[in-house]
Amino acid sequence: MQNIISRKTICLLFLMVTTFSFAKEEKHEGEGDIKTEIKEYINHHLLDSHDFSLYSYTTDSGEHKYVGFPLPVILWDNGLKVFSSSKFHHGESVAEVNGDYYTLYHNKIYKTDAQGSIDLDDHHHPTNTKPLDFSVTKNVFTIFLVGLLMFVMFSRMAKKYKTGSLPRGMGRFLEPIILYIRDDIAVPNIGVKKYKRYMPYLLTVFFFIWIINLLGLTPLGVNVTNNIAVTLALALITYFLTTFTANKNYWGHIFWMPGVPTPMKIILAPIELLGTIIKPFSLMIRLYANITAGHIVLMSIIGLMFIFKNWLGSSLSFGLAFALSLLELLVAALQAYIFTMLSALYFGMAVEEHHDEH
Amino acid sequence: MTIPNIVGAGLIVIGAGLGIGRIGGQAMDAIARQPEASGKIQTAMLIAAALIEGIGFAALFAA
Repeated sequence: MQNIISRKTICLLFLMVTTFSFAKEEKHEGEGDIKTEIKEYINHHLLDSHDFSLYSYTTDSGEHKYVGFPLPVILWDNGLKVFSSSKFHHGESVAEVNGDYYTLYHNKIYKTDAQGSIDLDDHHHPTNTKPLDFSVTKNVFTIFLVGLLMFVMFSRMAKKYKTGSLPRGMGRFLEPIILYIRDDIAVPNIGVKKYKRYMPYLLTVFFFIWIINLLGLTPLGVNVTNNIAVTLALALITYFLTTFTANKNYWGHIFWMPGVPTPMKIILAPIELLGTIIKPFSLMIRLYANITAGHIVLMSIIGLMFIFKNWLGSSLSFGLAFALSLLELLVAALQAYIFTMLSALYFGMAVEEHHDEH
Repeated sequence: MTIPNIVGAGLIVIGAGLGIGRIGGQAMDAIARQPEASGKIQTAMLIAAALIEGIGFAALFAA
């Protein structure tokens, strides 16, 4: 017990020392710059982008150098327009396509004039017209990549089972996970008779979210699941699958709840109907918010290293960042698991057979 | 972020923390009582925690 207390005191002391040195550092000139720089970097990281840049640096002559490759930009603006995002020079110049000018403002494409001027309204939102943007952005590119990876991985794995029932190679790692999803997620929630219909979706969504979350933790800097549009699409698939495969019993429970008095049935119907939308909505928000929060916290702690600039504070935040990365590894798998689990639960509700308890 | 927002966010975190903490604690109790049912308890615990977390995040976005 005493040991724990003394350890805690030491930790506290360390924390206090770093706070004091932090307070002292703050008075230095240029300290505000690095803070806003880190904040901007985090905000930039959370956005989708039109090119795949791994990192950037400034040369001694003050020139910005980017390491990465451009991605195609596809616009619908009085006709289809396809060009490479290298024309934007990372937002530093105006792209000219067949007499029309486009510019990047906070990673979004706006129509502009030859000077690239952006008009802002009172709320600092641009009033320039926005062309319809179907570009292959960083997120889209990553989704394609993960889709291709999963296709190759799993089709190769499936082929190996034709020659023998023993898994080989990648299958040795993935078979237990697939069996876990079948035996511990699909069967208990959906039921032995009907689980097979939903297995392809459950497996796909589990591995998709998991792999893409793990990719988000690599230095590639991709973060697909913290784009709310992606999680919206995933949640919508669950919603449509639930709605279109639901049986009579499910709709009966929504519109005319059996076993409750009639006035209660009238009150319950809109609530239950709302519930069908809230369920996928919470799926969307949960995945999005968890991954976004994780990325912000992790990057802020990494950013602390550059703010402290002393061996004590920086090494402490390095340790913290390391521990948090391990936690994020867990969260990546846990969020995939919870998404799959809750999807299975909703499918189970949709196909549940009539029973007499109600 | 204004002060009411920050206070609201703090309240949400307190509420969600209490809720998830209670779920975790009760699940520990249940596992201690019936170690053979630990798998099922863990699953139920994760689902309940995820539901609270979802509401917590929704409220955080509103705040």
